[in-house]
Amino acid sequence: MTGSDPLRLYRTVRLIRRFEERAIELVRAGQIVGGIHPYLGQEGIAAGVCAALDREDLVTGTHRGHGHVLAKGADPARMLAELCGRVTGLNRGRGGSMHAADFGVGVLGANAIVGAAGAILTGAVWERRRRGADIVGVTFFGDGAVNEGMLLEAFNLAALWRVPVLFVCENNGYATTMPVEGAVAGTIAGRAAAFGMPAVAVDGQDPEAVREVTAAAVARMRAGGGPELVEARTYRFDAHHTFEHQVRLDYRPPEEVAEGRSRDPVDIAGARLDPAVRAEVDAAVEAELDAAVEYALAGPHPDPATALDHLYASGLTARTGGG
Amino acid sequence: MPRLSYRRALTRALADEMARDESVVVLGEDIRVAAANVTTGLLKKFGPERVRDTPLSEQAFTSFATGAALAGARPVVEFQIPSLLFLVFEQIVNHAHKFPLMTGGQCAVPVTYVVPGSGSRTGWAGQHSDHPYALFAHVGVTTVVPATPADAYGLLVSAIRCDDPVVVFAPAGALDLRADVTDLTPVPLGRGIVRRPGADVTVVAVGHLVHDALAVAEELAGQASVEVFDPRTLYPFDWDGLFESVSRTGRLVVVDDGNRSCGIAGEIIATVVERVRLAAPPRRVTRPDGAVLPFAPALDRAVQPGRDQLTAAIQLTLKDG
Ligand SMILES: Cc1ncc(C[n+]2csc(CCOP(=O)(O)OP(=O)(O)O)c2C)c(N)n1
Ligand SMILES: [Mg+2]
Repeated sequence: MTGSDPLRLYRTVRLIRRFEERAIELVRAGQIVGGIHPYLGQEGIAAGVCAALDREDLVTGTHRGHGHVLAKGADPARMLAELCGRVTGLNRGRGGSMHAADFGVGVLGANAIVGAAGAILTGAVWERRRRGADIVGVTFFGDGAVNEGMLLEAFNLAALWRVPVLFVCENNGYATTMPVEGAVAGTIAGRAAAFGMPAVAVDGQDPEAVREVTAAAVARMRAGGGPELVEARTYRFDAHHTFEHQVRLDYRPPEEVAEGRSRDPVDIAGARLDPAVRAEVDAAVEAELDAAVEYALAGPHPDPATALDHLYASGLTARTGGG
Repeated sequence: MPRLSYRRALTRALADEMARDESVVVLGEDIRVAAANVTTGLLKKFGPERVRDTPLSEQAFTSFATGAALAGARPVVEFQIPSLLFLVFEQIVNHAHKFPLMTGGQCAVPVTYVVPGSGSRTGWAGQHSDHPYALFAHVGVTTVVPATPADAYGLLVSAIRCDDPVVVFAPAGALDLRADVTDLTPVPLGRGIVRRPGADVTVVAVGHLVHDALAVAEELAGQASVEVFDPRTLYPFDWDGLFESVSRTGRLVVVDDGNRSCGIAGEIIATVVERVRLAAPPRRVTRPDGAVLPFAPALDRAVQPGRDQLTAAIQLTLKDG
């Protein structure tokens, strides 16, 4: 699945864009409790990367993870139901925005601990391959994560044991309010080089460019190559988290935000389609999301008596906390 | 009387100690813009040398604080989420806590770790909702859980002045509290307080649960006289203060937002029954064993100690024995 497919790429970025906008509305309406980290502006990365993967390939996402889950093929309706905490959600309402997972399509989960998922993904890919599956894996992380020791330790393990993992850094210029220049000594690509991993930078606003570099890296990895790193340069269009919609934090100059928002992956991908086709896609996405919202809000809330279900896979029952 | 919010009490404590003592520095993520609304105004007042935004390198900056403390600083490290304490447990326990003894008394490690927003923040789910204060009590690191704005101020000041590492848990369930505060003074570490006097049963409540215990005590006022004891510091614990209370009431219930096995409630009950003959078996209300907070709000609430559970535990204790 490595060929160019502008229609599919546009559909995915548009789906993620509108999914996030709908999710923000549901946060405002009180249907999504705890808020979300919107992926707005970064859709081209998940769309481009996942277009170069097979269903069996594995991915892990981040706290800003809706795009990864959707692009890998999870059902938007069940994803939205998860964000609304319903039993019909991907994680039966137990995970929410930051833990959404769909093992059926190779998503081992968004992860709320920055830098923590890379090593998990590396181990999972290693074991699947040991069992004979010809798969690769992708772990997404932000520019903030490149300063976490555990991620750098994962670089070392993957490189040392030649586990075919694509480390995809979504460099949106900030870790919450901390600019990359204030946090990263050396460079992101330089970290890969230190472990003997090839690294390439790509325009994260262009899903086709992201797809191309991913497809090339995946081809090398499927042919026996070790891990690689892609630094996708991007910009977060909205808040770090929706709490910022209430509390303005002053850290990005307005001109910079305007400049960042001027390169919109939805427009970049959309411009490659015939306008009539684009309009059809938009309408289809809207219809799918109308249905998704309806499905999500119709789902039952979980019964508090089941709060500890799934705590132990062994069947162990936990003592409850009452007197 | 000035109304003081819990968050501002923490801010005031930091500002006062920084003004009083040049060796106090603050480290953490997004503290310059005060994303957690605790370090507000500090950058402007004290400058970037003493108010340092860190990269996302928690293990390194926690031990960086240890090193700075060895060289004379009194660092305060802010963590955005409680589970980051799992990430830096090694750095706190194996280094900051152990250095004084291991070096034969050649050093002190006066670092304060602050978590504004410990416990559930409703909707932050499994990896952001822990309340691991008992872990620190277990390893013997000074651990405080202020319940009120005045204590948030007074305990943070004492933590910063303490020559040992201190973890300050500021429960999410208490952060939005406001109170009339007449005088801001240090609160001694290791000293509990009777929040409501009573004669029939002592309820020990930790952190934000102090307010639930007070509400339950008020509801039960017609039936029973409930004493509410707020330990404030979990390690070292004010055993004498608690023995005094329980010796009078003869009954004990503990409400604790930690996990049940090896939790602080278990320690409190064990220590009391070693020393005081109770009129009825003690009871505790806690999170379940192995608790992971599920995302959906009703499930998140179901896993935390509730007022109805506390009421039931008090009533059972009063009926027993
Ligand atoms: C280990 C860890 N440290 C801190 C946090 C709190 N936190 C959540 S997201 C975030 C910023 C992450 O920045 P980056 O990796 O660049 O991703 P972005 O948010 O920009 O997508 C921080 C500090 C966390 N969840 N985990
Ligand atoms: Mg970032």
